[in-house]
Amino acid sequence: MNIKKYVAYRLISSFFVLFGLSLLIFSLSRLVPGDPARLALGPMAPQWAVDKLRAQLHLDEPVYIQYIYWVTNVFRGDLGQSLVTRRGVFNDIFEFFPATFELVIFSVILSTSLAIILGVTSGKYANSLWDNIVRVTSYVGIAIPSFVWAIMSVFIFGYLLRWFPTLGRLSSGVVMPTKVTGLLLVDSLIAGRLGVFRDAFYHMILPGTSLVISRLAQEARITRASVVENLHKDYIMAARSFGIPERTITLKYLLKPSLIPTVAIMGMDIAGSMGGSFIVETIFNWPGLGRYGMSAMLSNDINAIVGVVMLIGVFFAFMNILVDLITAYLDPRIMMKLRGG
Amino acid sequence: MMSEMIVDIRDLYVNFNIYEGVTRVLNGVNFRVAKGEKVGLIGEAGCGKTTTVKSIMKILQMPPAEVMGGEIYLEGLDVLKMSQRDLQMMRRKTVSMIFQDPTAALNPVFKVGDQIGDIIKYNQLALGNKISKEEIHEKTVQVLKEVQMPDPERLMNSYPIQLSGGMRQRISIAMALVSATNLLIADEPGTNLDVTIQDQVLRLLGDLVEDRGTSIILISHALGAVKGLVDRVYVMYAGSMVEAANTEDLFSDPLHPYTKALFKAVPKLTGGGIPMGIPGRIPNYLSPPTGCRFNPRCSHAKPECRENAPPFYQVGDGHEVACYLYGGQ
Ligand SMILES: Nc1ncnc2c1ncn2[C@@H]1O[C@H](COP(=O)(O)OP(=O)(O)OP(=O)(O)O)[C@@H](O)[C@H]1O
Ligand SMILES: [Mg+2]
Repeated sequence: MNIKKYVAYRLISSFFVLFGLSLLIFSLSRLVPGDPARLALGPMAPQWAVDKLRAQLHLDEPVYIQYIYWVTNVFRGDLGQSLVTRRGVFNDIFEFFPATFELVIFSVILSTSLAIILGVTSGKYANSLWDNIVRVTSYVGIAIPSFVWAIMSVFIFGYLLRWFPTLGRLSSGVVMPTKVTGLLLVDSLIAGRLGVFRDAFYHMILPGTSLVISRLAQEARITRASVVENLHKDYIMAARSFGIPERTITLKYLLKPSLIPTVAIMGMDIAGSMGGSFIVETIFNWPGLGRYGMSAMLSNDINAIVGVVMLIGVFFAFMNILVDLITAYLDPRIMMKLRGG
Repeated sequence: MMSEMIVDIRDLYVNFNIYEGVTRVLNGVNFRVAKGEKVGLIGEAGCGKTTTVKSIMKILQMPPAEVMGGEIYLEGLDVLKMSQRDLQMMRRKTVSMIFQDPTAALNPVFKVGDQIGDIIKYNQLALGNKISKEEIHEKTVQVLKEVQMPDPERLMNSYPIQLSGGMRQRISIAMALVSATNLLIADEPGTNLDVTIQDQVLRLLGDLVEDRGTSIILISHALGAVKGLVDRVYVMYAGSMVEAANTEDLFSDPLHPYTKALFKAVPKLTGGGIPMGIPGRIPNYLSPPTGCRFNPRCSHAKPECRENAPPFYQVGDGHEVACYLYGGQ
């Protein structure tokens, strides 16, 4: 089997996984008590209006019929209408996704680079003072959930120190750059507005760090463990015996094998950040998918819930495949297995 | 003779600090190799052969290892006091080692050509040459040809996992050859391979050092191979050398009770029979016996053997033995 075939195989199997996920989330969203139509229209709405909306949403039919309607529409690129925004869920997702994506990318770059630097330096100098500091800090980091970080950082860096803004993507009064990609950092550069770039960057710091701090700590720990394990391997001693400089040994011969387990969890972490953004975006009033999904849940906006969950599912499936490919690139033993089996 | 020593280890003591306590492994090792000399080092598993040769290149993992005493001279320079830079230069251009397990000594995630290439690059750098990618490639091909690997180009593009055990062994020999101008240390080359391939590997190694006039330290369990390849043999037991002699003398006239037992345990050399093994076991390094460490297993043990370790006694031309039985001669 070559790589292309492997990817095709993985795509097909992801399709089935997503199919299963859609069945599950769709049924759950319809079985949850409470009438979405009544919630959408409010307690004052006349009964006939509610009944009309129920009929429009096929809510009176059995769940499996509803599902068939839904699936048929999905293949037409229609995820149904949001009961809150009264627009297509697909449009909503399209609008809110870039803000989340930008935040996730920002935090992934931050956590990946920091996790590798911390993990490698503390593993290489295992049991040194530095290593102990990193280890203790990462235990704390892992133990504290991201919403606690979010609230603490709002209080300390936003309120007490006033270093960083705590709400939204831009300061009020700043005009959005022309939308090209939807990513403010990119769009502001395209528009040549460095002030906006700076403002957008500042706004990302607190939500970005809150989102990843516990994952960063976990990744640093895993990197450290695998560096410590590989540090005493014969091939490192052999490289040293040939007079290869210590820098090259660390950055090349030690780093690459040590990253394999880190990459495996990083992929899951990136996908997980999408889910993690629900609370963090709500706290920082970040106009992204997480906040959208959160309010959808609170108002029983069934189509929006299913749409957001499915998007996160697609993201997970995609990251899974990507991680496997990167792992195969890093580790020829796995590459052989892919090719061979 | 003295000034021509390439390796001169004097009274070396090395401990390992491990979880269970301190293991006193090397217990006063004396070991010398003259320029151009081919020396064998034999002894039971765990007697400290690898520890001895690793200390020559100062590549013991410290901790857990700790040098408790003694000196190691390499081409007249004290290895234990060498600067990091001098050590680096020595490793890049004069001495190198073939590790006991070639599979473990090759980095699994880099191509063979890449790994050899780096060794060539730093070897040339130490010699004062800045070398281009093409030249590195050329030299890699050349050194692979020297170890008789067919199709070097394809091999360079392989990862270790794609190669057979014999090929990996040859690759690690090739790597060591790059920078082994004056001394090559070979730690049980070919042990994990089947006998015919092991034979080929050893013969190849012998030819290579012969051609280059490189000194070699050959650690091996294959006594037959050692016999044919080296000029002199050291016998090691539980952390120190117990006997050293020219190859002929040692095999025809072993003196130390341990050497005798060792040869008896290997039937092929003495002419058939079933290997008896040596009664008893190598001592626990956490609490080794005092005096001669072989005394608990020795049928000739006397009270003095339990008190002080015997010195090396000269018996005949270049034949030395650390045993009180020969103290009177
Ligand atoms: N890194 C280490 N940590 C702890 N103990 C060690 C270490 N390296 C070697 N030792 C101990 O030192 C002793 C001698 O080991 P060494 O590898 O030198 O023996 P050897 O003669 O090469 O054996 P073999 O024939 O099995 O290769 C053993 O008891 C071993 O447990
Ligand atoms: Mg050994």
